[in-house]
This record gives sequence, C-alpha cells and structure tokens, in this order.
Amino acid sequence: MSLVMPLPDAATIARRGEIAAAMRAIVPGEGVIDDDDALRPYESDALTAYRQPPLLVVLPETVEQVAAVLAWCHKNRVKVVPRGAGTSLSGGALPLADAVLLGMAKFNRVLDIDYADRVAVVQPGVTNLAITRAVEGAGFYYAPDPSSQIACTIGGNVAENSGGVHCLKYGLTTNNVLGVELVTIEGEVIRLGGRGLEPAGLDLLGLIVGSEGLLGVVTEVIVRILPRPETAKALLIGFDSVEGAGRCVAEIIAGGIIPAGMEMMDRPAIHAAEAFVNAGYPLDVEALLIVELDGPGAECTHLVGEVEAIARRNGAVSLRTSANDDERAAFWAGRKAAFPAAGRISPDYYCMDGTIPRRRLPEVLARMRELSEQYGLGVINVFHAGDGNLHPLILYDANQPGQLEKAEAFGADIVRLCVAVGGVLTGEHGVGVEKRDLMPEMFSEVDLAHQQRVKCAFDPELLLNPGKMFPQLHRCAELGRMHVHRGEVAFPDLPRF
Amino acid sequence: MLRPANIEELCEIVAAGGKLRLRGGGSKDAIGAPTPDATVVDMRGFAGVVDYDPPELVLTVGAGIPLAEVQALVAAEGQMLAFDPFDHGAMLGGTTGDATIGGVIAAGVSGPGRLSGGAARDHLLGFTAVSGRGERFVAGAKVVKNVTGYDLSKLVTGSWGRLAALTEVTLKVLPAPRERRTLVVRGLDPAAAVARMAEALGSAAEVSAAAHLPDWQGTAVTALRLDGFPPSIAARAAMLPDFTAVPDGETLWEAVRFASPLPADRPLWRVIVAPSRAPGVVAALPGADWLFDWAGGLVWLASEIDPRAVAEAAGGHAMLMRADAAMRTAVPTLHPQPAALAALEARVRRAFDPAGVFETGRL
Repeated sequence: MSLVMPLPDAATIARRGEIAAAMRAIVPGEGVIDDDDALRPYESDALTAYRQPPLLVVLPETVEQVAAVLAWCHKNRVKVVPRGAGTSLSGGALPLADAVLLGMAKFNRVLDIDYADRVAVVQPGVTNLAITRAVEGAGFYYAPDPSSQIACTIGGNVAENSGGVHCLKYGLTTNNVLGVELVTIEGEVIRLGGRGLEPAGLDLLGLIVGSEGLLGVVTEVIVRILPRPETAKALLIGFDSVEGAGRCVAEIIAGGIIPAGMEMMDRPAIHAAEAFVNAGYPLDVEALLIVELDGPGAECTHLVGEVEAIARRNGAVSLRTSANDDERAAFWAGRKAAFPAAGRISPDYYCMDGTIPRRRLPEVLARMRELSEQYGLGVINVFHAGDGNLHPLILYDANQPGQLEKAEAFGADIVRLCVAVGGVLTGEHGVGVEKRDLMPEMFSEVDLAHQQRVKCAFDPELLLNPGKMFPQLHRCAELGRMHVHRGEVAFPDLPRF
Repeated sequence: MLRPANIEELCEIVAAGGKLRLRGGGSKDAIGAPTPDATVVDMRGFAGVVDYDPPELVLTVGAGIPLAEVQALVAAEGQMLAFDPFDHGAMLGGTTGDATIGGVIAAGVSGPGRLSGGAARDHLLGFTAVSGRGERFVAGAKVVKNVTGYDLSKLVTGSWGRLAALTEVTLKVLPAPRERRTLVVRGLDPAAAVARMAEALGSAAEVSAAAHLPDWQGTAVTALRLDGFPPSIAARAAMLPDFTAVPDGETLWEAVRFASPLPADRPLWRVIVAPSRAPGVVAALPGADWLFDWAGGLVWLASEIDPRAVAEAAGGHAMLMRADAAMRTAVPTLHPQPAALAALEARVRRAFDPAGVFETGRL
C-alpha cells in the first residue's frame, strides 16, 4: 500500500463505546455494528488492495435518523464515511479507523414512478438495475448502466457520477438525475432540483453528483427514465491494427452516427476473453470493435448498413452483425467478461480508468506496451472507444513481494500518460483514494484550492469522507485567507471605453 | 467599461475589487435589476477558436466569441450544439447577433432541443476562468468523459457571472441530424396537449422537441419534432398517426425558442415545472399569455401578476426574464430559495468570490 490515509485520531477511537451508545440512541436495534467480526465485511470496497475496518457501522432507515447521526457527528467532531453497496473501484467508500461508516443499504424503496413526467423517485440504496426492473414492465428503463449495475446503488452512482457502456449516447449519471434530497453534515435536510428540468438558482445538484460523498449524504434521488429503444443490433468488427479500428471509430462519428455503445479490445484482451467465455471472437486480429446501434427497426437497419460500409473502407478483416438478441448478447459476453477473464489469467489485476482524446490512442497503446515491458507486468486493454475512456487491466500477483507496488507505479504512469496527451485521471470510476495523489498531474494548487473551498462551503470541519479526492487537506481557515493584492494602482495599461 | 485583452489583465481587474458586472455582447443586458454602480467588464477580448477536432466531439473556444460564429463553425462540419442555445437580443427588445458563448453558458441558455439533447450544463466539459479572488483556475477537461474532481462546469453554467469570469470554454458537440421533421396536431386544450406530448415522449418515436402553442396562426397547435436519418424519421412518424407533417417547422420552433408569439409589452416569466403540472399553472393565471416548451416543462408566461406562488404550488419556480426597470428593481429575478438552501448557495458563492466582487445586485 503506497497511499497514506489521514492519521487516525486516537481520542476518537478511545470514545468508541460512547459513540456507539449515542448512535444506538438514534438508530435502535441492529442498525449499529461495533463487533470486530461483524465490521470485517465493511473493511473495503471494490478497491480491495486497501482495507481498514471502520470505527463502527451505522445503518439508518429514515431521513430523520440520517440527519440526527450527522448532526451528532458534526457536534462531536466525529468523521463520517458514507457507503452504498461498496462497489467503488477507486476506494470512495474505504473506511477510516476513526470514522463512522454510514451505510445506506436500508434505503431500498422505490417511492414513486411517474410515467407521464418520465421520472422515478427512489431511495439511494436501490440498485441501479432495480430501477430498470421497476419500470421495464411499462417499456421504460434507466439509461446509465455501470458494469456493476446488479449490485451498485443509485446513491453510489450519484456520488461517483457513474457511467457505463451506453453513456456516449445516453450520458452519465449527472445527465440523468433531476433532483436529490441531501442531508448536510450539520443535519439539515435540503432538496436540490426536482421533477422539473432546471434548478431555481445555482446548479448545486450538478455539483453534488460526482462529489464522492464529500459534500453531503443523499437520501432520495429523482431520475429520468426513458422508453426502451425498439430494437438493438451489434456489429463485431476485427482489424489487423489498432490504427484501423481507431480510424473506423472516428469515421462512424464523423458520419453523424452516435452508437449506443462502441467498445474496443486489444489482442491480449480478445484472447483472454475468448479463452474464458468462448464468445466466438476472431483470434487473428489486433483489435476488435463492438458497435451497438439502437432505435426504431428502420433506423438500426439503415445504420448497420452505414457502419458496415465504414468498417470495410477502413480495412476490417472480419465483420459480423447480430441476427437476433441472443447473438448480440454473445458479442457482448466476452467484453463483459473481460475483468473476470483477466482474473483467470492472473492472480490479481488492477483496473485503470483514464480518458484520452481518441486520436491519441495508437501512441498511448504503444507507450503502454513499452511500460509493460519496463515493469515486467502484463496489461490487457478494454476501451470505451466512443468516448476515449481506457480501462487497462494491469496483471500482477499480490503474493509476490513488490508486485502490488509495481502495479500501482505502472498504473500511475498510465494515468500520467493520459493527462500528458490531453486526457484525464478518471473517466468514470472516481478519484477516491486511488487517484487522490495524482490530482496535481491535472490541476494546479490554485485549481485544487478552488475545488476545496467548495468542500469548505458544505463541510468546514472536513468531517465527510476525509482522505478522498484531495491530495492534501488544507484547513478551511487557511484556504479562506483573502487574496492580498500587491499594489493600489490598478491596471494602468488597460484600454477603457 | 473595461475590456481586458488577456487573463493577466482580467486577474488584475478582479483583484482590484469593486463591483464588476461581466458582459459579453450585451444581449441579456435587460435581464435583472439595473446596476448603475457596477463597472462593466467586456469579455469579448477572449475570442478565438482554440481547438476543434470534429470526430472527437470537442470544441474549445474563447468565451467572448459570438454564439453565431460558434454555430456557423460547427454547422460547417455537420455538427451542432445539441442544447440548442439562442440569442436573447430580440426577446429583450434589442438586436440579434451579439450574444457570446460565454454569456450563453453563464446564463444556462437552452432551447427547445434541450428536451432530448440535454441542457447547456450537460455540454460544458471544462473551462478556464478568473474567480472573484482574482485568480485564474481551470476545471473539467477537454475530453467528453471525465469525473476528475468536482464538476464545477455544472456549477458555473447558469451562475450568471456570480462565481467567476469565464475566459475559455470546452463544449461537447454532436452530429447535426440529417433531417428534421415537424409534426402537428391542432385544436387540443392544454391538458390534452400535455398528455399527448407525454404519450409521444414515452413511445419509441424518439421525439426530440415538443411544444404547445394555444394560438399559432389561428389555432391551438401541439408540435413534435423528429430528428435523425431519413429512414428512421419515416418509421417514427408512422408511430404518430394523429400528427401531420408541416413544411414550415423551423418557423414554429423559432417562435417557441424566442417566445415570440407572446406580447412583447408584457412582463415575461420563465416557469419550470414537471410537465404534467403545466396546464394547472396556466389555468390558475387566466389573464396570462403563455406557451409550453419542453413538453410542458417550460412555460413561457406573459403576465403582470407574479406567478411565483402558482409555480411554487406546482412544485416549480419562475424567473423574471423581461420587465421594465422599475419592476426589475422591485422583483427578484431569480426565484427566492428556502432559507437553508439560500444560505448554502451564499456560502458556495463566497467560496469563489469572498469579497462579493461579482455581487452587483443584478439577480
């Protein structure tokens, strides 16, 4: 473990019994966990290299309880780490030894579905897929579909601004959420947004989505639901070079087509996936594209023809179009199994999440291969090709001394590479603990100070989810110091009208 | 009026303090209370195209570049700004052509296409700005998918220049549709119109814009727009057999975008509600002239009577868009917020602008 979490406060840990009693006064029954064995399942999220049992776990059932827990913690200066299903890949829900872990799993009800206004009102512990399940009978669905959708909760999706394979066309969580009920660290309950399309004042909703649990605890979410597209078709296209596949992607988009999903796999990823699920992928290609088109049947038929022509023009060496939904599912099976397939060929793997301008893909993959040799660790690449979001999976063995550290260093180099070519640290998994110390690669101290002052506006004592997102926690008073200007004579050289 | 030519000059202006009113082309000068004591900062020095690579779907421009120039640039590549921004000049009694992209973002301007294409806030990927502290900072990025750090792009969109002065914006662009077809049905009352629009939006017809005008060329008209590839549009139109195509669709959408059928001499309000609540809002304000955009989610309302209580009772809110100076001085432009939310907003504003350099009293 190379990342250092804030030093636990021994005084808080010593008060554990008192804190547990206070929590039990708010959340009766089984809702407070302080038994060491029972805390164990909460010690990590999906960034499993980092583990830390929390001080205790609180599982509230009502908004009033959430408000009372936060108000008590605020008054008593106890830190709080919010948690949904614990599927974060960036350590967003990693517990702290001196913090209450606030689990929102019991907020699991769908409160209202309004087909006329095309919204669903749900509690944050409802899983992403459960929203679709609740509305699919009427022909609707909730569009963002992170790969963990069977388990991840909408509250966690809001915190992380989760994406999925369909977000090029349908957007991330932030583009599909209309409102939230939020409890502040002071225990105040406020509503941001609603069933209408715009807020009345500042777009604080847009700020909350993707804030990684640092600004408040969401207790209700209003999402947009969409009618299910009439049909969907997928194409499986092989290329003998990554460049050819990249040109095909650019030409599809330049042709005015925004596919529902467009995924690329490199040769090692194709082989790993094929060995695992026998999806029928061609093994003699360097890059494989899956292009999914959805909409009315007539549109799909038309666009399939266009994409086939573009693929041929760009040197496709194999091309198949799904004849039915079973075949479409088979095309996706290998891609969706890429992570477990990596787990089958390597004891451990580390998933990265940078986004790059797509035009830089060939050089980024080439440099990644050099780094792979340099670190002596394999890497396989799956890639949301439409939006430039890379998911390199670094293969390592945590039981070999030094390999985790090597994998982390390799991963950091990949992320730096993404930023160097004009991209970003994280496209959809969040900063969390994992990329926290890499934030200065993308942002200056002044940039980060502007972000952290937003944190201070919501949580001046820095009690909510500390140790995440920001490489250094400056005290708010320190950040709030006024900018002192050097001189009194202002802009003498400026033109004036 | 000050006109900084570069970021350094802008930083100096802001750091020197006082009250600063940020201005692009002035197309929205007539929105909000007059601010005679504020110094106007003309942002049009920050012009120019920084980067545009159409297949990447990303455009970076100076915030002071005219909106019309941006729209022409992307249209030449067969692309568009899908949030359908527009120039408020004519709506507010001025001229058209002055609006800048920075002003569009600062005011969060989205037109009829917003219903399906998303709002301005959904298309701002990143920006460079000078905050009220007189410091240059960046947020977001120049790629279409990014969750690194707080999403300050959402926060500055629609913030009306009260957090920071935008100098450069990176926008997501999308392919423009090959064809647009407008379909109408005539003679529906407001409730029936909203119900019919909801039904169409809940179907597989993939409606991209939906509006209802109680009086368009003599009759009530409910209009839907289908955008896309010709074979797709033909198939989707067939799913809406009670609607008929009209040849002058763009004229109708222009009217909706600018609320131009409403009398120009009455105060104009922009009411946001859940679409199903729109008929109730206009029923409660019998003296008002109105039209529905966004399937009812946006009610343009011409009314001397303040509609805020009605909007609030319907779970929505109202912004005063156009009025004489006396009314704009007396009536808050933005819908007043509950106390706890107002306090939180004020803290967020102070985080960017501790001395209130951008708090001119306009909103």
